[in-house]
Amino acid sequence: MIAAIILNGFRALRRDRGALILSFILPIAFFSIFGVIFGGAAGGGTPRVTVLLVDEDRSAGSQQLVRALMREPSLKASTHAEVKKGEATPADYTAASAEAAVREGDAPAALIIPKGFGEHPVSFGPSSGGAPIRLLHDSSDPVAAQMAAGILQKVMMTSMPDAMEKLGMQYFEKYSGGLSPQQRENIQTAIARTPSGDQAAARNDSGFMRLDVRDVVGEKNKNSMIAFYAAGIGVMFLLFTASAAGGTLLDEAESGALDRILSARVSMTTLLAGKMAYSALLASAQLTLMFLWGAAVFHLDLFHHLPGFFVMTAATSIAVASFGMLLASVSHTRAQQGAISTLIILTMSAIGGSMFPRFLMPEAMQKVGLLTFNAWAIDGYTKVFWRNEPVSHLAPQVAVLIGAGMGLFLLARRFARRWEYS
Amino acid sequence: MLGLPLEIDNAVKRYGELIAVNGISLAVRERACLGLLGPNGAGKSTLIRSIAGRILPDSGRIRVFGELAGSASARAELGWVPQELALYPLLTCRENLEAFGRYQGLRGKALHEGIDWSLQWAALADRAGDTVKTLSGGMRRRLNMAAGLVHRPRIVLMDEPTVGVDPQSRNRIFEMVEELRDHGSTVIYTTHYMEEAERLCDTIAIIDHGQVIAEGSKEELVAQAFGSRSDVLMRFAATSENTAAWAVAHGGTIEGGAAHFAIDKPADIGPLLDTAVRDGLEVVDVVLRRPNLESVFLQLTGRDLRQ
Repeated sequence: MIAAIILNGFRALRRDRGALILSFILPIAFFSIFGVIFGGAAGGGTPRVTVLLVDEDRSAGSQQLVRALMREPSLKASTHAEVKKGEATPADYTAASAEAAVREGDAPAALIIPKGFGEHPVSFGPSSGGAPIRLLHDSSDPVAAQMAAGILQKVMMTSMPDAMEKLGMQYFEKYSGGLSPQQRENIQTAIARTPSGDQAAARNDSGFMRLDVRDVVGEKNKNSMIAFYAAGIGVMFLLFTASAAGGTLLDEAESGALDRILSARVSMTTLLAGKMAYSALLASAQLTLMFLWGAAVFHLDLFHHLPGFFVMTAATSIAVASFGMLLASVSHTRAQQGAISTLIILTMSAIGGSMFPRFLMPEAMQKVGLLTFNAWAIDGYTKVFWRNEPVSHLAPQVAVLIGAGMGLFLLARRFARRWEYS
Repeated sequence: MLGLPLEIDNAVKRYGELIAVNGISLAVRERACLGLLGPNGAGKSTLIRSIAGRILPDSGRIRVFGELAGSASARAELGWVPQELALYPLLTCRENLEAFGRYQGLRGKALHEGIDWSLQWAALADRAGDTVKTLSGGMRRRLNMAAGLVHRPRIVLMDEPTVGVDPQSRNRIFEMVEELRDHGSTVIYTTHYMEEAERLCDTIAIIDHGQVIAEGSKEELVAQAFGSRSDVLMRFAATSENTAAWAVAHGGTIEGGAAHFAIDKPADIGPLLDTAVRDGLEVVDVVLRRPNLESVFLQLTGRDLRQ
């Protein structure tokens, strides 16, 4: 009896492609995506942190440090912007251009080696040494600044032994003067003067180097990273909503209402455009509600970013609405559409940064993410709310979202021809 | 608009090897009610969908008031009641009618009048605010019909509108169709129930295997198939081998325990009864039955309508 029940279950499952996709393909797809993100499969590994380097000192010591940082495998360090094919090498970053690049999101961190660094590369006390190394960072990437500071410390330790030795001798001469009781006392006094780990952290001192850390993007923002999460989660659910809204086309086809509509004075193009407009309006309402909630509960500064918000919301809504129409037009049944939608939307959301920030993914994965609406929408909203960029800077995101939306709508129209006449 | 409400000229529709509509030609005059009678799979729905412009025939022409089926002007004149319940289940009756009225291009006063008229016609005025899913099966069928007629078309296509409804609701649907017909609409009505075609339609086209095998009024079809012939069924107090032999000896057969005879005119029943009495048979029941459309279909195809 139980065997018969099991057999029936497997027979039904074999013929239900949607259930098969959700049972076997979706878990494998997710396993693979997160394996690539975290597990280092496909040559991934821990993602490298992009750091811009500015050498204001141009001394032998500072150049030695720059070279060591450039060799560091866990950093993607560069002293100038990327060289474009056929163009001359751009000028080296200055403190201002590096700060601007961090503000615009080209890199999450920049290290500025100040004038006079070569004379006092390391210091064993808060009052000794020259100006501190400046670490400018974008706190939307909480890992980059920590990584950059830690690796800088390591590089200083390993790549500048001569500086360490020199300074050590200076200290020895200064404080010991031999191994007399008096010298021992002097050394003890010097050790006592070296700040404890907690004191150093409180002053951004690393024990033997001075580091001035500054968040150049988020310092004036009021909890604006909540926009990142609103966009990330919002787009994922928008895609599900758009898929459901597009699915009404399949409901109508199955009930016969579609035939009836098309036998009236409604063309297929009009019908698809109407459904897409409905879906886009619904998506806009959803995003607006999410951001209003963000403003009310998480103090998101929505009302000072309204133009950018409206532009991004319109572009995102058009894109997801047409995506929903395409899913419906390529599916033959509502069940099939449900399974395909779930698979594609969850995959897009994982790759596109709705579940896990893209900047923490391996570089190759970040590039793959650009194939998703999620990535472009999140980037756009981040520009608006986090980087406070003007609306004109949203052009790439808006162009991609609306362009893709139009393209998908035309594809949906093409596939919908099967419903026009039989 | 010039031309007959419906003219079909040698329409053919193939699906691979299957010929669903095989050279059908029909002409329907204004205010007529044409019944398309045939078994399931005969090609009735394909023909109706072709008239509604939802199927493109492979060859032949279909014109609605002189305009090609599927054209905007033809669609404006047509009201189509599909076999399926093509409604929005989460909308109310009024909202459904409003949606389909708008799809037909109605706005403002014309839309409101169309909705009110169709609610009255379908006897759903008191349920106007109820969602479809709360309606009974018969009410849904009536709303399905109303949704096809909200724009008051001059020609109405009804594809088996009584499928799955109880006898009481079916009767109400008949009254709705009769009301339409009486008010001058041209109706094309498909069914595989001969009693529906007999009651509602003044002209009947019998369709089988995608072809019209006979066309005319019920009387004309019966006369074409049987002339003036009638059937007589006689039941006896006791049926035995003798009574069966007696029936066969007088040109009859035994059907379900009754003797069955075909007679040329009703007056021939008298001599048959006299013979039975004379031969000592006790007759308990006699039925004189004119052939109906079922008999015509059986005669023409050798199959029952519901096979």
